[in-house]
Amino acid sequence: MLTYTIRRLAFAVPTLLVISFLIFGILDLAPSDPTAQLPLTIPPEVREKIRLSLGLGDPFIVRYFKWLVQFMVNEPLNILEQWTGWTIGDGERLRVLSWQTRSPVVDLIVQRMPQTLWVVGMSYVVGIVIAIPIGVISAYRQYSWFDQFGTLFSMVGFSIPTFFTGLLFIVIFSVTLGWLPSIYDTTLVVEDWDSFVAQVKQMIMPTMVLGLYNASQLSRFMRASVLDNLNQDYVRTARAKGMTEKVVLLIHVLRNSMIPVVTVIALNLPQVFGGAIITEQIFRVNGLGQLLIGAIEGGDIPTVQTLTFIFAVLIVVFNLIADVLYGILDPRIRYD
Amino acid sequence: MRLRNLLSATAAAAALGALAGPALAERGADGQVNIIYWQAVSILNPYLSGGTKDVEGASLVLEPLARYDETGTMVPWLVEEIPTVENGGVSEDLMSITWKLKPGLKWSDGSDVTAADAVFTADYCMDETGGCQQVANYADVASVEAVDDLTIKITFTVPKPVPYGPFVGAQSPILQAAQFADCKGAKAPECTDANFGPIGTGPYVVAEFKPNDVVVYEANPHYREADKPAFGSVLLKGGGDAVSAARSVMETGEFDYAWNMQVEPEILAQMEARGIGKVISAYGTSVERFEVNMTNPDPDLGDLRSTVEGGPHPFLTDPKVTRALSMAIDREILVEAGYGAAGQVTCNVLPAPDLFNSTANDWCKTPDVDGANALLDEAGWVVGSDGVREKDGVKLSLLYQTSTNSVRQGTQALIKQMWQEIGVETELRNISGSVFFGGDPSSPDTFQKLYADVEMFTNNFDGTDPEKYMANWRCSEIPSPKNNWLGGNNPRFCSEEYDALVQTLAGTAKIEERAEIAKQLNDMLMESGAIIPLIHRGRVAAMANTIEGHAMNPWDSELWDIASWSRAK
Amino acid sequence: MTDAAAVRPDADAAAAADAAAAKRRHSSPWRDVWAQFSSHRGALAGAAVFAFMLLVVLVGPFIHDVDPQKLDIRAKNQFMSWEHPLGTDNLGRDMLAQVMAGGQVSLAVGVTAMLLSVLLGTAIGVTAGFSRRLDGPMMRLTDLFLALPLLPLLLVIIMLFRDTLRQAFGPESGIFILIVFVIGITSWMQTARIVRGDVLALKEREFVLAARSVGAPGRRIITRHILPNVLSPIMVSATLGVANAIITESALSFLGLGFPSDFPTWGRLLYDGANFMTLTPDRVIWPGLAISLTVLSVNYIGDGLRDALDPRIRGR
Repeated sequence: MLTYTIRRLAFAVPTLLVISFLIFGILDLAPSDPTAQLPLTIPPEVREKIRLSLGLGDPFIVRYFKWLVQFMVNEPLNILEQWTGWTIGDGERLRVLSWQTRSPVVDLIVQRMPQTLWVVGMSYVVGIVIAIPIGVISAYRQYSWFDQFGTLFSMVGFSIPTFFTGLLFIVIFSVTLGWLPSIYDTTLVVEDWDSFVAQVKQMIMPTMVLGLYNASQLSRFMRASVLDNLNQDYVRTARAKGMTEKVVLLIHVLRNSMIPVVTVIALNLPQVFGGAIITEQIFRVNGLGQLLIGAIEGGDIPTVQTLTFIFAVLIVVFNLIADVLYGILDPRIRYD
Repeated sequence: MRLRNLLSATAAAAALGALAGPALAERGADGQVNIIYWQAVSILNPYLSGGTKDVEGASLVLEPLARYDETGTMVPWLVEEIPTVENGGVSEDLMSITWKLKPGLKWSDGSDVTAADAVFTADYCMDETGGCQQVANYADVASVEAVDDLTIKITFTVPKPVPYGPFVGAQSPILQAAQFADCKGAKAPECTDANFGPIGTGPYVVAEFKPNDVVVYEANPHYREADKPAFGSVLLKGGGDAVSAARSVMETGEFDYAWNMQVEPEILAQMEARGIGKVISAYGTSVERFEVNMTNPDPDLGDLRSTVEGGPHPFLTDPKVTRALSMAIDREILVEAGYGAAGQVTCNVLPAPDLFNSTANDWCKTPDVDGANALLDEAGWVVGSDGVREKDGVKLSLLYQTSTNSVRQGTQALIKQMWQEIGVETELRNISGSVFFGGDPSSPDTFQKLYADVEMFTNNFDGTDPEKYMANWRCSEIPSPKNNWLGGNNPRFCSEEYDALVQTLAGTAKIEERAEIAKQLNDMLMESGAIIPLIHRGRVAAMANTIEGHAMNPWDSELWDIASWSRAK
Repeated sequence: MTDAAAVRPDADAAAAADAAAAKRRHSSPWRDVWAQFSSHRGALAGAAVFAFMLLVVLVGPFIHDVDPQKLDIRAKNQFMSWEHPLGTDNLGRDMLAQVMAGGQVSLAVGVTAMLLSVLLGTAIGVTAGFSRRLDGPMMRLTDLFLALPLLPLLLVIIMLFRDTLRQAFGPESGIFILIVFVIGITSWMQTARIVRGDVLALKEREFVLAARSVGAPGRRIITRHILPNVLSPIMVSATLGVANAIITESALSFLGLGFPSDFPTWGRLLYDGANFMTLTPDRVIWPGLAISLTVLSVNYIGDGLRDALDPRIRGR
């Protein structure tokens, strides 16, 4: 398993290079333009100058290598300098600058991490906490009322998109009842009990909207997987040996049912980082998802490239983690 | 699953309207005012981003020498008076203008404002390598000099009947030379601290800025009027969509002011009925219009598609056809369905200021389906078996494109039906705004390429003088592969007479004569059918009932008078 | 689509299964499958609902023959009435006619895109899980697809292929093919990874080892031993895939990348209606209900099908 992990890690580098090149190529081909959001009163010649000043006049390959050096060399060196206080070289390194804000993309990302990790991360926790018991009980008592209700709930939850549930929540809890704020305040600093309550209040709606959506998806996979395992011979054996139902269910079945669920969670965890575009928009959480969609709409190639590349790294890493977990959950799986 | 996450909101343009009330009290007495812009502010230096949201976000801090008030009149802001030929501020030959700063002005860091700051600002923007987005305001400037500490003299390369480009309006404010000294040219984008927290003369200073998210401002301790601003701080939040922004002002009351409410009127009316906030609007120069392709967009033409070389359009060059198309449209219905208080019927592409508004085309205000049908019959277009008119084997069938936005798609559907009644068949297409307005020469879907028969969007001009705007429809401005599709003449309208008249306009100084010429230019465009105006669009905003002292201004930054805002007791 | 409906009832009552299955003992495997399936109450109910939806969507427009595109601005934002059984939208279009017209597109897109995505995902997942040699490349390909920024990718695809397809198949079928392709090609990765994970575990199980040791060829092992055992996650993916495709289609149209704006689909109706939720709730209730019912019925059909194809359950 260790050699497998090391081999996979080594192989990840060329994979990521290829991915970064392809992403850059697609962004370059895409017809979005950094001047599209400017008012039409800015004349076409000025727009052309703006494009040139952003470096769009350079050939594709030059721009790609510029980004690669800025992201792979300059940014890590900057971080190193900040952490250690050393000065490496002359310190005059060009960082990856966003075209929209003209500021370093990495700073923007760091600024937006807290709200995304809190809101989106918490919604995954909520989702997993809800989904696993529902999935297990639904499968164990298949076709009971609990199962039927769970199915209805998760299907409706999945087929109604978050733009709708978010709006519904706002109409109910903000407009009609006036309990919760409809707009997330990113300037809030938690320092005492009151600000903590305010933070919890503003997190409730976005977290629940996303959490319910995640739960409805996850609980389906959980239920299906537990159902499969309940019919296996080993369960019969375990019962025959006189084990209690609790042990059978929670030790044997649950562990063996986790493979598809681990996959789904591993696929989704990078998306915690990617943010939740719609939910962030509705509640104005303005995290990484909103940064990405804003950058895409504004044709801000350096920001989109950097965000999607970091995203790609996370996907590769989490899929590797999932593969390792498979081996732990089911020792029969061997990669070597 | 990931795809559905991509749902998002599109962008549009517009702004607000209002009432004014007196505000006494002392600086900062009214606490905080919360403003929501559903497009978030990206940067607070308007020279590096011309986006409306960025210009307006910066306008709380940075100020020009003169600006436009809610009636479109130029008012002195950092100067004593507006220079004119009469008061000697503009030279007789129209080649230079001299501004006199008010004495005693301070930057928010306490230092003095001098003419050298204005000189620096002009140099900063006119630097070729800086990518300044407002450089059009400095067109034809030969030099800017500081005659003394308070006197700025701008010399032009050509006579300028309207010399109010540099340092006038929210797009062209004064920067502090000391702060931006090391940020000229290619280094401009690297000065993040300065671009995110410019030092200004305005009523507020930047306290906290999270790009594309939120700006927190605090009152400027050195602001020139001691009792202003009444609000000690301003929170300018961004993101989301227009409807929820309106909701936060008029239904939940979390915010006091929301910008650019392009929302279906019945939704706004329902929110307004709660009595917390109101919708305010004012009209500038924005017109939602059709630009009609005078050249042939047939895909079979390959590279010659939609170019003058590709030949004229098979039927849209006939003014009878375009007139019939215009007559068939019931503009009142378009206003009622999509605009409400934010739109008025217009028959001119140049609807404002009032002096410039022609009355020659008012026939379009009343829809006339029978008249349109008669006109087409007369022109020889016969209704075929499928209900679509045709002549010589050519069908009256149009591809109608616009940007993606729910109001525009509603308008598209309505017009399709109106045209159906006169035997015109329409295929609708909507294109993401970031592509449509993007101007990427490799994309077939930009508004300059116009690979369609007609396209609909809104345009306007800054300030109150239409000279630059009307010059868009000269022959030389036609977008084509030769100029990399850069040019403002999307209809590919070309008339020597028009070009000559634009030339005359540039040499005319008297305002009445200028208005007369501008009206003629407008009428020529209307008669040729190259442009079919639809709706004169206003700026619309939602404002809490408790806010006083705001006059909705369509000619400048919407937040131009924020120093006078206060909260009703 | 009609054929698809016929073969997929679904079930949610299992107790009756044993007795019914026991009756038809010595018949062909497919008869067994059908017997098991038709004894699954939920599956039958799901199939009935799905067939009913199809019927309404396909035959309904002939009974309620109002043009879904007909605007009547004087009759906008109306509630239910005899003339407009589901009310009208803010431009005065009849909602019932729109829901029915939208259903034809949404069901077609939902089912075909789901099939494409599930087939692709299963094929890649099984290959990668089964063949050690192909595992690396296939999974790196999956990583690549997961990492691609979709919106720019879509803009590129649409820019490159829209006009070609429009000329070859006409504006509507051209865009239909494009949308199904786009949704299919961008949503198979989850299925692939889940299937691969299961296959990795399955291929070390005794029965697969046994089959291998008696010399069964790889293809036969996959079809006879592996595939039936990974059906549950595939069925779940398929169910979720239908909902996903319907909603994604609305996102595409909304972004100006899908069908023209005067072409109603359920997702689009829901999206356009969301802002009118407090004014005319009908506008969101009906399309929302239609999507939920479709997904729910497909889910039960999937449940029944899985049970029917599972030899262990069938034997019970």
